[in-house]
Order: sequence, then C-alpha cells, then structure tokens
Amino acid sequence: MSDLADFTVTAAAAGLRSGDFSSVELLEAVHKRAAMTEANLHAYLTIDRDGAARGAVAADSALKKGTAHGPLHGIPVALKDNMVTRGLETTASSKILSGYLPPYDGTAVTRLREGGAVIFGKTNLDEFAMGSSTENSAYGPSRNPWDPERVPGGSSGGSAAAVAAGSALVGFGSDTGGSIRQPAALCGIVGMKPTYGLVSRYGLIAFASSLDQIGPLTRTVEDSVAALEVVGGHDPADSTSYPGAVPDYRSGLKSGVAGLRVGVVAELNGAGIDPAVQAAVDQTVAQLEEAGATIVELSLPSIEYALSAYYLIAPAECSANLARFDGVRYGLRRLGENVEEMMSNTRADGFGPEVTRRILLGTYALSAGYYDAFYGQAQRVRTLIIQDFQAAYQQADVLVSPTSPTTAFKLGDRTQDPLSMYLSDVCTIPSNMSGDPAISVPIGVDADGMPIGFQVMAPALGEPVMFRVAAEVERQAGFTVRARHASSEVVT
Amino acid sequence: MGRAPGLLPFPPMPVEIDIAKVARLARLALSEEDLDRYREQCEVVLEHAARVQALPTDGVAGTSHPLPRTNAFREDRITECLDTEEVLAQAPDRDGDFFSVPKILDEQ
Repeated sequence: MSDLADFTVTAAAAGLRSGDFSSVELLEAVHKRAAMTEANLHAYLTIDRDGAARGAVAADSALKKGTAHGPLHGIPVALKDNMVTRGLETTASSKILSGYLPPYDGTAVTRLREGGAVIFGKTNLDEFAMGSSTENSAYGPSRNPWDPERVPGGSSGGSAAAVAAGSALVGFGSDTGGSIRQPAALCGIVGMKPTYGLVSRYGLIAFASSLDQIGPLTRTVEDSVAALEVVGGHDPADSTSYPGAVPDYRSGLKSGVAGLRVGVVAELNGAGIDPAVQAAVDQTVAQLEEAGATIVELSLPSIEYALSAYYLIAPAECSANLARFDGVRYGLRRLGENVEEMMSNTRADGFGPEVTRRILLGTYALSAGYYDAFYGQAQRVRTLIIQDFQAAYQQADVLVSPTSPTTAFKLGDRTQDPLSMYLSDVCTIPSNMSGDPAISVPIGVDADGMPIGFQVMAPALGEPVMFRVAAEVERQAGFTVRARHASSEVVT
Repeated sequence: MGRAPGLLPFPPMPVEIDIAKVARLARLALSEEDLDRYREQCEVVLEHAARVQALPTDGVAGTSHPLPRTNAFREDRITECLDTEEVLAQAPDRDGDFFSVPKILDEQ
C-alpha cells in the first residue's frame, strides 16, 4: 500500500470506512513522516503525541460501532497555533504567550473534535499571524518542503508546510490578508478563505477582527470542501458569525465551467507579477475558456488602494486587539514599579519586531488628530473597494488572478524591508477587505521548480461557484507533482 | 516588470511620527535606539499607506465591518463558564481567587 501520509482526506476517509486501515495506523504514518521532515521544515511548534493517540483510538472505536460522522473522522489535522486548544500549549508564535495553556477550545476546534478529527499538533506562524513568510515566529522560521532554503509563505506557513510534506492530511489556518492562500500557493497546495463570518472566530486569537477568517489548507479542492463542511456554520459565541444556513459546497464540484463568466482583474494581473507566474495564470485562464467559460476583462480601480488601506485598518485593529496582552491574567510578565511599568515592560519584551511595528502603526493611525486622515479614510476606501467588487460580480460569476506575485522567496530576502514583505499579499488582501471567499489552487511550477498558485474569488457566500471553478482549474492543471521533501505522490 | 500592483505611481506623502508618544500610548517600554528604528520603518509604511488620501471619498460612508450585521442577541440564561482554577492557573501572579498586580495608584 502507498504511504498513508500521502493520502488525501477524501481517500483516507474512504479507507477508514471500508476498514482498509485504522485511524491509529494513519496517525502512525503521519508521525513517521513528521519524524522525517520536521528537522528540515519546522512546521510544528507542538506535536500532541498523547492527545492524538487518544483521538485516533476513539475514532477507531466509533468507526467499529458505526457511529462515525463527518468527512474528517479519524483524520490527522494540523492547527495553526493561534487557534486555542484547551490544555494544549497555544502561543501564536509569540514569546508573550510562551507556556500558555488555554482553558477552553475555540469553536472550530470543538467542531473538529466532535467530528472525530485527530488533532495532531499546533503549527508555526508569523507571530500573531503578522507576516507572509513565517520568519516572524519567535520560535524560528518554518521552511518550504519544495526547497528548505525558501520560505513556506505565511502567516499559516507551518500548516502549509505540514500538508505539503505529509505531516498532516489537512491543516487549518487563519487569513487576514492572504495568510492561508499565499502559503498554500508557495507550498503547492489548496488554501481557502471562506466568506467572512462563515467560520466562527471564537477561540481564534484576534489580529484584525473585521478581516480574520479561519479556513482549510488541503491537497485537493474536494478536501477543502470536506474541511469547510466540518468547521463552518453559525456560532452564537461569535456575534459576527453568519446566521443563515451553510451553502452546499459539494454539488457543483463536477459541473465544469461551461456557461460561467470568469473575470480577469486588470489590476491584479500583468504589472508587478513575476512573468512565469503570469504565464501560468494566463494558461489556466485559456484552459477555462476552452472548457466553456466566458472570459471577461474587468477593472476594479479602487483595489489599487487596497494594500494602503489594509496597512491602516489591520494595524489599527491589531493595536486594539493586542492591548489584552498586558501581563495580568496569562502569559509573560516582566516586573515594574507600578502596574503601568509592568505592562510596558512585559509588552516591550514579549512582542517581536513586526508585532511591535504594527501596534505602533495602528496606535498612530487611531490617535487624536490622525484618526480621520488615516483610519477613517481607509474605511471609506474599503467601501469603494466593496462597491467595485459588487459591480464586477454583475459582470462575472468569479474573478481570477495570481495568488502571489512571486513564487517562494529565500529566507532573509525580505526581512529587512517590511514594505517588500507586505507586497506578497497584494493579490489576496482585496478579498479580506470585501469579506468575500477566495481560494488558491496550484497550477504549475516555475523554472526553479517552485509552485505557482491561481486565485479564484467569489462574492459573499459564493463558495459553491468558487469551488466549482477551482475544481475545474485543478482538473485542467493536473498538478500532481509533490514537494521533494515529501516522499511520494498524493493518493486520491 | 512594471510597477508593483498596490503601489501607485505618485510620490509618497511625508509623515512625521512622535514615536515616543505613540509607544507610551501603546504601553511599550522601548529603548531610544529601538524607537529610532521603529520611527523610520513606520514612516516608510505610513507614507505609502497615506496614499489612501489621494482617493476622493466625498459622501462615501466608512466600512468598519465587511458584512452588515445588527446586534446579535441571545437569551439571558446562565450557562457553563470557564473553570476558575484552570483560568487562574495561567496567571503570572495570584492572590487566592484574584489576579495580583503591582500597585496601580501611587501613594500620596
């Protein structure tokens, strides 16, 4: 039998149900893979050996009794370490949360547990999800399974590296400006940001609350659907959670794209995009046309301002959210003469440089005298971006672009210049600003053999049409090459 | 390659930050050296971010949240809450069932 660590979620779930192998055996295969790859990749901050073993035994017992439910039952899952897990260390890759054992599970985690998923470990990220390379982790960077000299992207770089390398069958991350889609693109896997509010943020350590969204990193589009089926849906514990019924994501997967209108966004294609990336994207667009889609060239002029507005809105929200880390109730404390000094010493020592920078940026953008010119104006620009998207979706069912302007870059290449790092997310940020769903699907490799991602964006709650197009992109691309630091091909 | 998307071709707008004041507001006890470095980096980012000011937005309302939601209400009902011991076990310092902190008010 092929190595179980290379199975897709869908294939593994079928194997578990038919009794070809057990969840315990699946877990063992993933442990073996992690033992092989972790020294190189550092995808994980914590591997929960005992908890995962208990989870796999329980999953097998439910399978025997016939009480198994849900598409992730018995499947080893990697969680980004900003998703709180009761009694299991959760650090958000920050020194300020070193040793923190949360007293509760986030809602997505609860749904995974209830669905029989086996929580294998907590993956590395840029501290508090701020970054595009995983180099901002206080615990050292993760590396790309395709080339360990290169970054896996970020901020969900650990989950992306784990899924690409086979040290998890599925990973979860959070996406505030591209933090699921960009690392998925750089690691040659599928990464999906759901409609804002579709997955509860309860128990997701907040970075920018109006932008953050939990989503899956998987090896196939169908696996992405399976993962979203488990974690999505209304949660009273998150007042911003979408209250309506969850759409049927699955039924259109094999429908193809005949009759659909695919919009190519002028502002996100061409200028500023690496030529090899653009060539691959153009080829995919041509394949979609060949498959029966109508291609529409569209302009969304205000998204030229999305990156600028994002670097006001996200830091502003981050400076407010991270005020809670004050050394009082949990996490690091550094001493001081009075409480204010204690807090200021704790925060200065506990936060890394990127987090400190964003807190400063946000505090400035919100401070008296600057609020309207910076934060207020950014919010108005956000309205214009949303209006541009709404107009575009009158003319197209989905919009497409590269996911990332470049393939994976070398470690250290962008750490000295924050602005060059921020540009990594220029194609992904607009969907966070609008709250719409978007997915990255791998379509090929560049001359260095590094994977290229294709982004499909859809209007709010447009996941069914987004997945439908993504599945066609996947079929057309036939991207079955896998990372060389994973041993073999994916088994579907 | 042409210009990068997201970076508009007009010149950045100069921004000056009173970084010591901002750091104090953010409760970050940073060294002079760190303050200088952060000021420079933040000014570069803000100069680009300030480009949002070039877009005319007269009569446009701001969006603070992507999907319009009104208040979410629930029944006022007693439910299970976090375990006191489990929560306090994470505290850097405690006094019985209380979080303990250094003095808040200076004695006169």
